[in-house]
Amino acid sequence: MKPLVLTAREPSEQRLDLSPLVPHRLAGKTVAQIAAIELQTTRQRITVGDVFGLRMGDVNLLHIVNACDRFDGVGEAMSAGEIHVDGDVGQKAGRLMSGGLLVIHGDAGPWAGSGMTGGCVEISGSAGDRLGGSFVGETAGMRGGVIVVRGDAGERAGDHMRRGTILIEGAAGAYAGSRMIAGTLLVRGRAGPYPGYLMQRGTIVLGQACDLMSPTFVDCGVHDLVAMRLMAAFIREYSTKSAVLMGRPLRRMAGDMAVLGKGEIFSAIG
Amino acid sequence: MRRLTANGVRIDDTFAEAFDMRATALTITADSIGWARQAVITMTGFATSVIGCGCEAAIDRELNPNETPDGRPGVRVLLFAVSTAELQKQLQNRVGQCVLTSPGSACYAGLETEEKLKLGDALRFFADGWQISKRFGDKHYWRLPVMDGEFVCEATTGLTKTAVGGGNLLIMGANSRTTLAAAEAAAKAIHAVRDAIMPFPGGIARSGSKVGSKYKGAKASTNEFYCPTLRGAVATALDPDISSVLEIVIDGLTPDAVGAAMRAGLKAIVRLGPKRGAVRVGAGNYGGKLGRHHFQLKEMLP
Repeated sequence: MKPLVLTAREPSEQRLDLSPLVPHRLAGKTVAQIAAIELQTTRQRITVGDVFGLRMGDVNLLHIVNACDRFDGVGEAMSAGEIHVDGDVGQKAGRLMSGGLLVIHGDAGPWAGSGMTGGCVEISGSAGDRLGGSFVGETAGMRGGVIVVRGDAGERAGDHMRRGTILIEGAAGAYAGSRMIAGTLLVRGRAGPYPGYLMQRGTIVLGQACDLMSPTFVDCGVHDLVAMRLMAAFIREYSTKSAVLMGRPLRRMAGDMAVLGKGEIFSAIG
Repeated sequence: MRRLTANGVRIDDTFAEAFDMRATALTITADSIGWARQAVITMTGFATSVIGCGCEAAIDRELNPNETPDGRPGVRVLLFAVSTAELQKQLQNRVGQCVLTSPGSACYAGLETEEKLKLGDALRFFADGWQISKRFGDKHYWRLPVMDGEFVCEATTGLTKTAVGGGNLLIMGANSRTTLAAAEAAAKAIHAVRDAIMPFPGGIARSGSKVGSKYKGAKASTNEFYCPTLRGAVATALDPDISSVLEIVIDGLTPDAVGAAMRAGLKAIVRLGPKRGAVRVGAGNYGGKLGRHHFQLKEMLP
């Protein structure tokens, strides 16, 4: 399959909304029609043709080259196909995504994968705050799918998530998994203060013991659970390094007892 | 009845009559193959015949760690019943009483189909509010806190309505020793066939039955036409050289699985020959009017 390639000519002066550039919204469009799609977020009109050089191909396989952190909404609400991005992206990458694959060969801004319901977002660099989290006014964050971050994540990764899996191979900022309703969040590196803050249900796995745990989490002892083997088998497909964490007994902390208290934080011992 | 002969063993020109059944499969794992086997043996105890047990169930095969969802040794078990409601009831009761209770066990779907039966979705209530739901990809599991840790159970398992029950072989020999040897050889061969089980003890039944009885309330009674001690007293189906009859009953997820199982069993009996094994092989049917699957013995000869 020959990809549709969009090569950015120079860094954009204004923030751009790239959410129209997803396979199902490009289907059936000609080169001219794609070039005429408006991307501006200010009063100054900017089209795809103004920003990108276009090489036509299959819209189900999109390559965005020379991306920069002013490109917002990359892969937003995509439902199928693949988008590969070379460079950094701005906020809301893969937000509300329901299917397909979004690969970012760079860093992502805040709200990456926010509210997504399916598909997979892979970020080779680091992610900003509220990875997979809920957006302003929403009652739930991520509701399905998988997010993999090869680098670090900012604060409140997995905020309010309801379902799905987030894998952070590096470190995570404060309040990872805050207000989790359910789902799975793994932080292979060091997690910042208060992981699982106000979580109701759900599973957080920490590769390293956390320096500052909320006192409203209670120790349930060290266990080698069958469920961890199932989790490892699923995760291995996305992150071999992360799956290794589950191959040994882990300490189970239950919480957050300040709320429902049916969540759990597993962490490596010793 | 016209007869064929293979390696000195007389083969009746008849057929096994089999019926459509509802079926499901489970993969049950444990820390060791011994405990996986124990859970399944307990679960499939008293599951020989739908006449009195509600379902027919047995081990399909043992699974290597690389074949199971959690990477532990496991056993695949098949369950058959006459209705979806009865199968659901038997599944829930048997997994709940025999697998959930077995040390270190976990229970997964052993069949992927569109139609589903509740597994963990029904058993989760045992956890009294402490159950934990986990979804990984398209798989949904329930974790139930129990005294040795957690019982992990997949939410649902597949249901097939095109399974087949009642494939059979009637193994007739000169004495009980040689007849049992032939039946054992057949059972061993059939055990290697996938998607098919033999629900009776060790795969072998010694009390083949007919429908009805002279007594009110009995659904089935002894098949006197195949009882050697009544040979002179009834319209016997047995020849003078036959003093013992054993039956192998086969249930399969597909008609092909039942056919393959019968073929494998017949081949093993024929190979053993009449001196060490059976002198004659027949099959049970109801004249072909009740079951839509007919397995002709002459088409199964090696």
